Amino acid sequence: MQIGHLQKDFLLSVEGLTVSFDGFKAVNNLSFYVDEDEIRVIIGPNGAGKTTVLDLICGKTKASSGSIQFRGKELTKLKENQIVQAGIGRKFQTPSIYDDLTVFENLEISYPRGRSVFGALTFNRDKAVRERVEEVAEMVFLADRLAMTADLLSHGQKQWLEIGMLLIQDPDLLMLDEPVAGMSVSERVKTAELLNRIIKGRSVLVIEHDMKFVEDIAHKVTVLHQGQVLAEGSMNAVKTNPKVIEVYLGH
Amino acid sequence: MFDNPRFANRSELLGIAVLALLLLAILPLTLDVFRLNLVAKYLTYSFVAIGLVLCWGCGGVLSLGQGVFFGLGGYCMAMFLKLEASSAANTKIQSTPGIPDFMDWNQITALPFLWQPFHSLTFTIVAILVVPAIFALIVGAAMFKRRVGGVYFAIITQAIAAILTILIVGQQGYTGGINGITDLRTLKGWDIRTDHAKFVLYFVEVACLFACIFAAQFIRRSKLGRILVAMRDKEDRVRFSGYSVANFKTFAFCAAAVFAAVGGALFTLEVGFMSPSFVGIVPSIEMVIYTAVGGRLSILGAVYGTLLVNAAKTSFSESFPQLWLLGLGALFIAVVLAFPNGLAGIWRDHVQPRLSGSGKPGKPWEAIADKTPAE
Repeated sequence: MQIGHLQKDFLLSVEGLTVSFDGFKAVNNLSFYVDEDEIRVIIGPNGAGKTTVLDLICGKTKASSGSIQFRGKELTKLKENQIVQAGIGRKFQTPSIYDDLTVFENLEISYPRGRSVFGALTFNRDKAVRERVEEVAEMVFLADRLAMTADLLSHGQKQWLEIGMLLIQDPDLLMLDEPVAGMSVSERVKTAELLNRIIKGRSVLVIEHDMKFVEDIAHKVTVLHQGQVLAEGSMNAVKTNPKVIEVYLGH
Repeated sequence: MFDNPRFANRSELLGIAVLALLLLAILPLTLDVFRLNLVAKYLTYSFVAIGLVLCWGCGGVLSLGQGVFFGLGGYCMAMFLKLEASSAANTKIQSTPGIPDFMDWNQITALPFLWQPFHSLTFTIVAILVVPAIFALIVGAAMFKRRVGGVYFAIITQAIAAILTILIVGQQGYTGGINGITDLRTLKGWDIRTDHAKFVLYFVEVACLFACIFAAQFIRRSKLGRILVAMRDKEDRVRFSGYSVANFKTFAFCAAAVFAAVGGALFTLEVGFMSPSFVGIVPSIEMVIYTAVGGRLSILGAVYGTLLVNAAKTSFSESFPQLWLLGLGALFIAVVLAFPNGLAGIWRDHVQPRLSGSGKPGKPWEAIADKTPAE
């Protein structure tokens, strides 16, 4: 009874998750839980399986065993697009945008309507779509770039565009893989401010190496090591954990 | 500023008008019926090329087996016409009157059940559209759901073209074998072999061609068209934006198949026969070359590319039959290396800026032509 009640409260429950690539267990019997409106940061050394965890949740990689429950739905059985429709958005490590389309069209494609073949054929760019695209473009600092081909944006702007493409989907769980990597200092500051604004009203799962950035936004930190949870808790608790210092943060 | 994209912008409308003028007035007024019929024959391939613009140019799905769909459409039409030509009165010297002559030669004594519904013209027209669509749906679903794409998909479509050719040649009694279905005479009693009929059919075909151009333009202008381009760039991003990539690829493939089948059916009407030589690997690849030469991102370019390559084929192969295939291969390599966007790209980059004098590209949507997709 108690356990059942607890499970219902979590937005995302990952339990006993394992994936093996040719015998190598990139993620090994991993369990963690994410609350509604929680900002969880995953840190860990290279090869700890951080990106693989996101790949498993969004369906890019299929789990060997274990379960991922999102609002009571078993994600391991769903296709990628169904997982998106269930309310999970994923940002990739390198900016993944449509170079040949304009910024407006990039955002429009992510607008959550007309996702079937017929729906896309009859999709009407009405006032609601235009206003939402303009609103999101404003948030990601691209309001004056709407008519530009996405190819011509700078690296930081491409990252923002992809974040905008996720925002327009309005996901309940937003997964970001190193959102500030490769950004200039000023872009980094702007991105932190942007993330702080967009994380309201949703849960966020972030992979990040920038400790300053992690301290700024994390509610709770999960440290991964060799596909398993090494430590979990507040940033302060994790920072003083001797095991974490040993394998990741350094002395 | 960001209203729905219009159906066609000014220069596209102008392009369509120029093509209409050329096909509906200039060519019919200047060419004799024999030459006009040749143009009609070339134009049937441009239906395939338009389909390839959607499927390959926009969506990045290269099919090297479009001859399959051209053939399916053509054979559906040929079966109807053959049945009409094989009335009991026309075939009374056969041991079994009332069935097509090649069946009689192959000791078949009753019309196969697959042929039965092709007595009806309505059924035939529906079959021309539906049979290739269903076939493309099955192939597309089987391939794209399993994430087979790119080169592997191209090779598989090529294999399908080879298999279908072998099947048609092997099942001589049911298909007419290597000779195909020949000696087609009338359509609902109207003799399609006369000069007058060829003249009328030419205009019917041009009407169908414009219907296809408009349908393709509608698809490309819709959000679906933009999703196809997006898929070509970043398939994963489309998938993780909540779309089923397989469904969209299957749709593009089916649309291309239906266009090709319409072309095939019109080919049978114009030329008066259908044979496996229009189904196999070689014609399928030639159709891709037409699209590449015209510009795989341009619907109108595909039409011009088809007309020019075929006109060149006819004139060169009359004088240098051995050299023609080498010439065609060289043309393809030259286009891929030097003009990846074909005639349409040359027009947009070199001719149009000079015409308008402003030096800026005239078609904003063709900004997508600047980048070369992987396939």
